[in-house]
Amino acid sequence: MTSTRTANMALSFSDEQAMILESAKSFCSDRSNISSVRSLLTSENGYSADVWSEMVALGWTGIAMPEQYGGSELGIGATIPLVESMGRHLLSTPYISTTIASQALQRGGSEEQKAKWLPQMVRGSVGALALLDNEDWGATKTSCTLSADFELQGSKLLVNDAAVADLFIVWADHNGAQVLVLVEAAALPNNALSKKVLIDETKRACNICFNGVKLSAEAILPNSEAALRDSRLIGALLTAAEATGSSAAALDVVVAYLTSRIQFGRLIGSYQSLKHPTVEMLIGMDSARTLIYHAATVIDDHTLNQDAEIACRMAKAQATDALLFAGDRGIQFHGGMGFTYECDAQLYLRRALWIQHQYGDAQHHRLHLANLLLN
Amino acid sequence: MTINTQSIKANQVPELKEFRAEVAAWLAHNRPADPGFLLPQTFMEVGSEQVLDFLREWQHKVWSSGYLGMAWPEKYGGRGMEPAYQSIADQEMKRLRVPICFNVIGLGWAGPLIMDIGSDYEKDKYLKGILNAEDIWCQGFSEPNHGSDLGSIQTRAQRDGDDYVVNGSKIWTTMGNYAKYMILLARTDVQVERRYNGLSFFLAPMHAEGVTTTPIKKLTGEYGFTETFFTEARIPATSLMGEEGQGWHIAMKTLQYERGAEAGAAGGISILSIVMNDLLKMAQDVEREGKPLLKDPVTRDNLVKFLIEEKALYLAEKRIGIPALCADYPNSLPLSGKLRGTEFFRRMRQYALTLQGAQSSLYVGDDDTLDGGFWQRAYLNNFSTTIGGGTSQVQANIIGEHVLGLPKD
Repeated sequence: MTSTRTANMALSFSDEQAMILESAKSFCSDRSNISSVRSLLTSENGYSADVWSEMVALGWTGIAMPEQYGGSELGIGATIPLVESMGRHLLSTPYISTTIASQALQRGGSEEQKAKWLPQMVRGSVGALALLDNEDWGATKTSCTLSADFELQGSKLLVNDAAVADLFIVWADHNGAQVLVLVEAAALPNNALSKKVLIDETKRACNICFNGVKLSAEAILPNSEAALRDSRLIGALLTAAEATGSSAAALDVVVAYLTSRIQFGRLIGSYQSLKHPTVEMLIGMDSARTLIYHAATVIDDHTLNQDAEIACRMAKAQATDALLFAGDRGIQFHGGMGFTYECDAQLYLRRALWIQHQYGDAQHHRLHLANLLLN
Repeated sequence: MTINTQSIKANQVPELKEFRAEVAAWLAHNRPADPGFLLPQTFMEVGSEQVLDFLREWQHKVWSSGYLGMAWPEKYGGRGMEPAYQSIADQEMKRLRVPICFNVIGLGWAGPLIMDIGSDYEKDKYLKGILNAEDIWCQGFSEPNHGSDLGSIQTRAQRDGDDYVVNGSKIWTTMGNYAKYMILLARTDVQVERRYNGLSFFLAPMHAEGVTTTPIKKLTGEYGFTETFFTEARIPATSLMGEEGQGWHIAMKTLQYERGAEAGAAGGISILSIVMNDLLKMAQDVEREGKPLLKDPVTRDNLVKFLIEEKALYLAEKRIGIPALCADYPNSLPLSGKLRGTEFFRRMRQYALTLQGAQSSLYVGDDDTLDGGFWQRAYLNNFSTTIGGGTSQVQANIIGEHVLGLPKD
């Protein structure tokens, strides 16, 4: 019966993905050591424009894009090793926001919309999804409206990388239909953006007021329904990959401390009360990694099928919980040092607290999984 | 023993498909009727003659019908076929949940070992009896008070003419009271500096004088293991496998065949697996507040957690085969497999009992138990896996030290 629905056990890794992983690992570790991460915490946009340009030049913004739009057409699964590496080195850029936005556009946009925007995003224009009315990722309706004469009314919360975005894809209600609409940053009134103070200082987000923005019928994505659903699942998968990388990094930080700090005459890593939960971190991270690459294997350019939906949701639920555990224990195991801002362990706990609410927390995804697997 | 199954699959797909249907049909037609007692889920639960006779007859039937030892040579009772056929037979046995092939130490450990490094004499003498279930095998590695630390083995075997004289004891000998042979690890040299080098490996007869067994009553109230005592026991020198001092090396080799027919094992299923489907079915059947538990939100959340864990567990086997995805901690998944698997099953079975409510306070033997007390027994027996072969806590130490590089205690 039911759990035959979890029977898809595909997990493969292409040569292209292996190459991306290799170059991503060395790029991210080289461009994003911990002191450069810290130096960006208080910066305006939270990332280095030079590093972002390099990533664009390497073709990473086009990995999942069709060749006709300047991409390399390797599919969204091929971005997972890259995003995992970015998470591992806390390398923040608008890459994830832009990739999710370009997926929404690729899956739901008209030929004209895609031809206009996808090549620009491949070349480094920043896209951002504006979905939330409030903190509820499970919402099925939005209070943001697109009137009959195409004027927007309403606000969106916590839009990632909004301050640097060139293009927003906004969820709105249009005569009772749920639609995604394209809004160019230039079309926003002054003071539309209000910057938020985030618990993860490597990240940037704004609330956006879209009141009075005038659009045309051509701004609506024709296949909005599928794009809305799939981009949320892809968002869950990409943030799961980022969280998995951050889990591995949190683990590294803990292991480094446990193998160097001496208390009561012994290296503290010799104490089983610290050793065993650290193994639990490893196992949690391993499970998350297994699940993100499974999802990367079953997801493709078509509308996400049930196997892909299950895989994305499982990956996010696992990756979120694993990082929260690693981040929390990471602070505790550093003792007094862990209570300081100076200690790097805080970066991972803050990342955990932020990322669990990106594209739905673990409980949200388990609720949906229950409906998929247990009904 | 390495055979490229990929090429077989590519070239013989219709034959394999046909074969799968053939086995499935045979199993469906020949599976034994419900014997009226709870069948063992693993080979560690053969606690009575009744169970023994039943399983012996079943294994013999599977073998004589040609579905066991298929990849072993014909002269040793096999059929000389590609291991892919046995793998398919095993998959179908697992899927259709027929009884286990219980002679597990023979089929999966001793047999493949003898096939791999045994002499012609040993092959002639032992292999067929393993397949047809006439000769039951047991394993004598663990000793009282030493847990799974094989380096501290104290059982002595001293050469005396054409015999070895064995003194000492072994514990947790599965089917020790029914076995004809034991793969025995004993110390032949106490002088060597490295304690592992003094060990030797024997294919020891259990019916020799001076060998006695005492059944151990498990926490389930049933039998399945013995303690085995060697008191001036004389076993023939011909039962030494390889040379003196190679015991540790050979013992480690026996573990590699566990991965099934492709690795050399004779085949047959050694365990009736309990999977999430079983738990979900139970949650569908059991009602609380007038509704199936499967509709209760808290239960659903817990079940989904288990489903995620189960999926990650099975998928990990695939990720092990992709080194690029295991680069930071290459030994992590292989070394944590036992811990992840056994602890998952322990918690899942415990949860099954929680879900049953008051019904789970009944036990095997009561007419009102759900499924004859299957879950109660499965949960209690599962501790053999979280304790045997190195407890979960020892596993966590091993992973912490060998994978993460944390200091020893």
